[in-house]
Amino acid sequence: MAALTRAPAPPAPAGPEQRPPRRRGRLTPYWLLLPGLLWLVLFFVLPMVYQASTSVQTGSLEEGYKVTWHFVTYWEAVSEYWPQFVRSVLYAASATVLCLLLGYPLAYLLAFRAGRWRNLLLVLVIAPFFTSFLIRTLAWKTILADNGPLVGALDALHVLDVTSWLGWTSGDRVLATPLAVVCGLTYNFLPFMILPLYTSLDRIDPRLHEAAGDLYARPFTTFRKVTFPLSMPGVVSGTLLTFIPAAGDYVNADLLGSTDTRMIGNVIQTQFLRILDYPTAAALSFILMAAILVMVTVYIRRSGTEDLV
Amino acid sequence: MRTTHDHGGDVRLTRISKTYGGFTAVHPLDLTVPQGTFFALLGASGCGKTTTLRMIAGLEEPTQGTVHLGDQDVTHLPPYKRPVNTVFQSYALFPHLDIFENVAFGLRRRGIKNVRKQVEEMLDLVQLGEHARKKPHQLSGGQQQRVAVARALINHPKVLLLDEPLGALDLKLRRQMQLELKRIQTEVGITFIHVTHDQEEAMTMADTVAVMNAGRVEQLGSPTDLYENPKSTFVANFLGTSNLIEAEVDTRSGDEIVLKAGGCKLSLPRARCSAPVTAGGKVLAGIRPEKISLTHADDAGRVPEGRNRLTGTITASSFIGVSTQYMIDSPACPGLEVYVQNLDRDARLVPGAEVVLHWDPAHTFGLDAAQDIDAGVEGVEPDEGVAA
Repeated sequence: MAALTRAPAPPAPAGPEQRPPRRRGRLTPYWLLLPGLLWLVLFFVLPMVYQASTSVQTGSLEEGYKVTWHFVTYWEAVSEYWPQFVRSVLYAASATVLCLLLGYPLAYLLAFRAGRWRNLLLVLVIAPFFTSFLIRTLAWKTILADNGPLVGALDALHVLDVTSWLGWTSGDRVLATPLAVVCGLTYNFLPFMILPLYTSLDRIDPRLHEAAGDLYARPFTTFRKVTFPLSMPGVVSGTLLTFIPAAGDYVNADLLGSTDTRMIGNVIQTQFLRILDYPTAAALSFILMAAILVMVTVYIRRSGTEDLV
Repeated sequence: MRTTHDHGGDVRLTRISKTYGGFTAVHPLDLTVPQGTFFALLGASGCGKTTTLRMIAGLEEPTQGTVHLGDQDVTHLPPYKRPVNTVFQSYALFPHLDIFENVAFGLRRRGIKNVRKQVEEMLDLVQLGEHARKKPHQLSGGQQQRVAVARALINHPKVLLLDEPLGALDLKLRRQMQLELKRIQTEVGITFIHVTHDQEEAMTMADTVAVMNAGRVEQLGSPTDLYENPKSTFVANFLGTSNLIEAEVDTRSGDEIVLKAGGCKLSLPRARCSAPVTAGGKVLAGIRPEKISLTHADDAGRVPEGRNRLTGTITASSFIGVSTQYMIDSPACPGLEVYVQNLDRDARLVPGAEVVLHWDPAHTFGLDAAQDIDAGVEGVEPDEGVAA
């Protein structure tokens, strides 16, 4: 029956009467693109150009700023704030790895094992978005509070001795340490890891697992040789969606960290809003953007997923 | 594990069954597939044939019963420990690996280091040597199908399981692949168990066919045996077409049973009747459409003696080329089908004509009248129920 209803339409006669509708349709895609393009120009391209020009201006708030092509600002920004750059990359990378370690098993469960619980679990993954980012992060302040039960338990189990020795925590505190910031980052960006992973795992034909088992692969080998390689598109997009915003984040370091855990986002925020040194702030933003672009490009090239997606 | 005696490749299912909740997919089933045979499990979708296959592969745990391969009880072995390989429906080739690596997969998992020679030989056997470095999606359906066969066969399994392997191919390619698979099976001598809903496919390829219906094996035998001597209405209708005539037992004498149907007497060999016969009891007399000859009523006198005869009226005829198919209403049974080879076409045989149908009594078969006379009829549609 399906064959009947899906039978191909008879070939359209290539007569001249076919032409007018086609000509009218030629502009349609551009009309459809217009709102998006306008939005992009207004809120992305123009601010970018404005920031670029700010970054090469000199002057002061009182006398006003002028474009003097002062590229030295870039050099000064890097040499003064490189520790915050390195820290941002380290924290973001740690959070990304943690997200992957926590998110992969959950995404796997959702895709292959959840059965009728799948939709409920998916809702639970997204549920945190119903509360504000700030409130969720502030909640971690309570969780990691100095006299809270979690820190007490970690202290009693001597976990804090190890983490302090590694430099992740200091003394019997977790709050205001690198560990707290990385925890916050991991928590806040976890759904961005889980969802792309879930999507790409869900696309894998379960019959491929059966085929691998049939061809003498033990369950773990099946995972290593079939499931994981096929989920690479999800791993790549998940890590990008986690790493890029995490590298530029300042809320977690602001609320959960201390002056020793300042990330580049915090520096940019301070430069813009407190010190009011606009050229440096703009230069820092561009450096961060360039650094992320380079890292992401190398990463995508190395992971070799172009022909998988 | 690989070097047991001659029957090392026998597959023995003993009282095997599978239930899902309240639904019984496979009723307790005994089945032995001798080593080296091409065995087909034939049935409409949902008849339990794929479940049976998956239990042999280890992809499904039987609710009860055991699976033996040769002397080895494999009932509780996971698939990766069974010397059995499967050609999956829609092939399940690994999309991220090229053809070479797909075929080498099983060898590598068993720790074989030097696979090049074996893989190349296998790719030659399925005539895909030059495609070794392509990805599965770059190949046509027929080529993917051959990769799936090569990927399974390279492991020298004791049994190769094929789950509707030709279902996704178009008709012409399917015919070609049937011959190809048969050639490969003869060449490697491995037991093939083939699941299909296509009766023609099962008949052309298999040495032995098990017809399954509603979780049970209806009948098992060679294709000719199943076609000529169906033991149930389901088999009679599912394999080809049968005319089933409701009849009453008149007399029994030695090897012959005489039946009464609509005022005509039909003779049925005792050996070809699978139904209990009691005088006055009901029996279904079956006859295949191509076994019947047609003679115009005017020439009724020329019909030789000793043949079963019925009278009737042609209601429809369609010219097929090699043959002409007639629908005939008879007082004994409405809607009889008759296929006549186009040797000497009788111009009088048109709708409305009175005719005599006659055939050699030896071709009649008898079935138990207690069954559903239409069982298996819809299964004749060749392109129905692709998913099992």
